[in-house]
Amino acid sequence: MSLIRLNKISRRYQMGGETIHALREITLDIQRGEYVAIMGPSGSGKSTLMNLIGCLDTPSSGQYELNGVQVSEMDDNHLAEVRNREIGFIFQTFNLLPRSDALRNVELPLIYSGVPAEDRRRVALELLADVGLADRVHHKPNEMSGGQRQRVAVARALANKPSILLADEPTGNLDSKTGREILVLFDNLFQKGHTIIVVTHEEAVARHARRIIRILDGLIASDEPTDRNATAPS
Amino acid sequence: MNLLTELAEGLSISWAAICANKMRSVLTTLGIIIGVVTVTLMGTAISGLNKSFLNTVSFIAPDVLFVDRFEWAPHSREEWLKIQKRRPLTLEQATQLEQRLKLSQAVAPMITSRGWVQYKKESAGGVNVIGTTDQFVYTGGIGISQGRFFSPAEADGGRPVCVIGSLVATNLFNGSDPLGARIQISNQPYEVVGVLQKQGTFIDSSFDNQVIIPIPQMIANFNHTRDLDQIQVKVKSLAGLEEAREELHSAMRQIRQLAPSDPDDFAINQQEQVLTMIHKVTGTIAAIGLFITGLSLFVGGIGIMNIMFVSVNERTREIGLRKAIGAKRRSILLQFLIEAATICLIGGLAGLGLAWPLTLLMQRFLPATLSPAIVGVALGVSLVTGLLSGILPAWRAARMNPVDALRNE
Repeated sequence: MSLIRLNKISRRYQMGGETIHALREITLDIQRGEYVAIMGPSGSGKSTLMNLIGCLDTPSSGQYELNGVQVSEMDDNHLAEVRNREIGFIFQTFNLLPRSDALRNVELPLIYSGVPAEDRRRVALELLADVGLADRVHHKPNEMSGGQRQRVAVARALANKPSILLADEPTGNLDSKTGREILVLFDNLFQKGHTIIVVTHEEAVARHARRIIRILDGLIASDEPTDRNATAPS
Repeated sequence: MNLLTELAEGLSISWAAICANKMRSVLTTLGIIIGVVTVTLMGTAISGLNKSFLNTVSFIAPDVLFVDRFEWAPHSREEWLKIQKRRPLTLEQATQLEQRLKLSQAVAPMITSRGWVQYKKESAGGVNVIGTTDQFVYTGGIGISQGRFFSPAEADGGRPVCVIGSLVATNLFNGSDPLGARIQISNQPYEVVGVLQKQGTFIDSSFDNQVIIPIPQMIANFNHTRDLDQIQVKVKSLAGLEEAREELHSAMRQIRQLAPSDPDDFAINQQEQVLTMIHKVTGTIAAIGLFITGLSLFVGGIGIMNIMFVSVNERTREIGLRKAIGAKRRSILLQFLIEAATICLIGGLAGLGLAWPLTLLMQRFLPATLSPAIVGVALGVSLVTGLLSGILPAWRAARMNPVDALRNE
């Protein structure tokens, strides 16, 4: 069974008097354990696709089945639950809470899933250690480098053991060295069996994935495996 | 996510937000502080006023019925002219009442007048002189601080004795022992047998400025007819007040020989009527006062609402993020409601802190205290103000679309 199954998904916006077709009947399957890059120029619809996959938005028509559950018709609160459980977001601008330290930022998804305080703390400390920030748990975002902030964001994304890691231009605000470090971190997570979807317009980033989906004018222009498949884990 | 975690989370977020914008929070809170101070002071003043009104009527015991010619209520001019023709109450009627009433334990006829008093070189005018019987000690709501009230034999007129109010005692005796002294009441000598307890009221001191003499002395020395101003009747039990009133009513009608079709030409008054009037007055004062002071709280609430909208706007991205990682509408709503309520509660506490010394100042004029009830109301009102003014901004935050919110710069 596919982890993600999009069936003839369309998304239309009203802008002024005009209807904009951001996505036109996209059909797409992503399996558990895949590492997928979604590429496309701005305005292609790739952000819309990401928002739909991330359950931040609902399609105008078509079905979306995530982990065996129909989510295309869900209301706000149910979608929030699904996001909390199934999706780990990683943003270009990190989106950490500026007044909270690393530990509290990582704890946040656990708070919304109702994990008791002690367990929250334990899980968050483990995750921060996993991303190499064991000695930064009480630092606030403005006391950390960009790379460290993005690591906190990765730890936060992993907090609820989601089905999908959904990263939107994760290296966009980082210099090339720290960007590469984040991508290595992604590679490691992929090796451990996580499903990763990266939205990017950088070929170098996309090449870390095992499959590249290119979007153009709301349609899938191409969907191909990358040459790294040769080294994919069994 | 359970409610407790959610509340704890909301509190810690809002505390962080308030601390992050100290100046803004203080200025916003100021509106609530002023509102709570005025509401608290007004509440304290009104309860003080109420208390002093009630003190004033405390000598009107609840289990005493007062037979008068007129009702204790405002009359229109026509009514007044009509009831002027009512026949007087007489001493004979009081005596007959005493014999007939089974449900009452004391009947005291009463004549009042004004006079002056003198002892040696000290004298005082404008004193209330009350002529009554020994029964007045049960009906009059009085306490004796020194000596005794006069006896049934004295009440029948044998000896010229008197019981004096505390103010009269102070004025005439200035600290020396008044018992046994012979004072002049409007040129007639009376022996002081007792002194009344100090009543001391907010409105006036007429109660302390009185002398009580046996009713035959009153009739003889003050050139009175045998007409009474009032007959006081103390019922046997407060629970039986209504039946006793009914008995008194029919007895009075019989004694005054009214035909069944005649209207009453007397009135039976009781404490309840006074209380009703007082509550009407203080109720009106309270309503107007609290409305006016409530306006200041309302203005404070608008300030909170305004700042909460700013807060929601500033934190649009944060809201987007929280929703993206699983915050439901309820969580976001609660977060901002708690923030507004916290600001208001802090304002409420600060307001109470300011109001407290001010009520101490007020105590010089009124028996006003900052009661736990008023403290509770003040905090409750500030909490409700916070919730009400927070609800619109919080609702806007809760309904935000996460995609748009995350895109917000």
